Amino acid sequence: MSVTPTSPTSPTTPTSPTTPAASTAPTASGAPSPADAMTPIQSVRVPRSAIFVDAMVIAKRNLIRIARTPQLLVFATIQPVMFVLLFRYVFGGSINVPGISYVDYLIPGIIVQTVVFGATSTAVGLSQDMSNGIIDRFRSLPMSRSAVLAGRTIADLVRNVFVVLLMVVVGTAVGFRFHNGFIPAVVAIFVALLLGYCLSWVFALIGLSVPDPESAQLAGFLPIFPLVFASSVFTSVKSMPGWLQAFAKVQPITRAANAVRALTEGGPIATDLTWTILWSLAILAVFAPLAVRRYRKG
Amino acid sequence: MIEVEGVSKSFGPTKALVDVDMSVPIGTIQGLLGPNGAGKTTLVRILATLLAPDAGRARIAGIDVRQDPNTVRSLIGLAGQYAAVDETLTGRENLVMVGRLYRLASPLAKTRAEEALERLGLVEAADRPVKTYSGGMRRRLDLGASLVGRPRVLILDEPTTGLDPRTRLDMWAFIRDLVAQGTTVLLTTQYLEEADQLADHIVVIDRGKVIAAGTSDELKSRLGSDLIEVEVAESDLDRTTAVLSDVGCGKATIDEVRARITIPVCDPVPDLMAALRVLDKAGITPKDLGLRRPSLDDVFLALTGRTTGDEDSDAPPTTGRRSRQRAGTPA
Repeated sequence: MSVTPTSPTSPTTPTSPTTPAASTAPTASGAPSPADAMTPIQSVRVPRSAIFVDAMVIAKRNLIRIARTPQLLVFATIQPVMFVLLFRYVFGGSINVPGISYVDYLIPGIIVQTVVFGATSTAVGLSQDMSNGIIDRFRSLPMSRSAVLAGRTIADLVRNVFVVLLMVVVGTAVGFRFHNGFIPAVVAIFVALLLGYCLSWVFALIGLSVPDPESAQLAGFLPIFPLVFASSVFTSVKSMPGWLQAFAKVQPITRAANAVRALTEGGPIATDLTWTILWSLAILAVFAPLAVRRYRKG
Repeated sequence: MIEVEGVSKSFGPTKALVDVDMSVPIGTIQGLLGPNGAGKTTLVRILATLLAPDAGRARIAGIDVRQDPNTVRSLIGLAGQYAAVDETLTGRENLVMVGRLYRLASPLAKTRAEEALERLGLVEAADRPVKTYSGGMRRRLDLGASLVGRPRVLILDEPTTGLDPRTRLDMWAFIRDLVAQGTTVLLTTQYLEEADQLADHIVVIDRGKVIAAGTSDELKSRLGSDLIEVEVAESDLDRTTAVLSDVGCGKATIDEVRARITIPVCDPVPDLMAALRVLDKAGITPKDLGLRRPSLDDVFLALTGRTTGDEDSDAPPTTGRRSRQRAGTPA
């Protein structure tokens, strides 16, 4: 039994290379042998750099979870694929958007819809963690408070990257083409992912506020439906009644769909791109602190 | 090492804790004993910085849990009845992750994880996802996760609830081992036997209030005496009660369901011999006969007028139908 959790023969004072401030906190990991217990305890502060390390540890954990439950990823991707098929082959024939083939109109919208739906998984994942007790473990550790949320949103972002790329492949298979060059296409995908990432923080707040994962699923979709359907994702907002147009024209999802569409298919880019970025950052600025505060409160 | 002074906590109208005091010296096991809903988990959550008390102070190694929660977190390990481990990760991945979050550098986190796996006998299962683990293995992994940070204070919230007897014994041995090496342990339990076996000092709480505190022996001595317990055939019960009426120095308790008579005694050995003599003379051969120290179950009954099992009943139990129900029936 040379290996014991409290062995006094291993007076290691570990210092994390990535968190230099940890070296000032030997008690954080010092052995609790009786002699050691007499040493004065120094205050442990979470160094700024540690937020990043902690977030990466959590993100890695969430990514392993995603990779080990491929069925969840499959279901998450089937839904947007169904939307592609539905709108491409069922409704698409009767939707007429002037100046562009419908499949080229549709797929940029689907990309935005996909990242937005993907962001809702932040709510479900967090509320799962809340209900099975692992959040209590995290809260009892000397780790950064915001890292649990940052790690979750980062993992969901990586997942969104995968789903978006898949949508591009599926879109291409049903006739979608990039008509505006490589760089704008890459920018388009980045913009969509940015919006998705920032929305993840909205869903983080929802996930922390609901009692169970089922509620998170439902509560997550509630704000999503009006935003996705009263937008330019599937059709031009010009066909909507005036009162709805007023909302649909300015809301972030329309802006993002227009920006992605302009970037991939051509047309005026600047206004919609700027609005998409502003919307995204505004959402992040409001909801990230709210979510972190909610998490801290417990 | 753990100091709790006048801690109160309410959830709406429910008073979960009322003016609780407790002090745990370094390197000892403190048992926190009480039925379901007594407030044990609330106190654990306060000490683990998961919940702020409404009033009073709680300190770990002199650090106030409210003023400097992060330092407290670096000193404690928490393991509980709801094994807080990730089902999808392997045992090893779980431990390394927690090690990293205790601010250990990656190689050290791996070493510590390996140590804990060996220590808890999980090496073979280390690379399997936790969802394939048995309940006992999960619990051990959960305990292992609380150990990778080498905490000075280990907070165990009902660590053996729901475990089979064999696994429980292993867990006890492991906890004793940790304490022998200087760790201070706060252990909540609804198993009287567990507190009796493990704890140096026991606090009994009921409905958020401390109703007794002391060593196991001190609590038992409140009953004043040892007990003779006689179990006979049902048909012999009345006769046995009659012949034993002069034995001992207190009112006998009769469990009609099990045909068992419990008699407090002041002078254990002579009283036991006297009991044997009268039984022999009356030609009664008991199914079981013995002298025992009062259990904490007896203590709890004496303190609250209720056994730990029937927490809902406010009426004092009738002496004739004393329930010998084991504590800790799941709620």
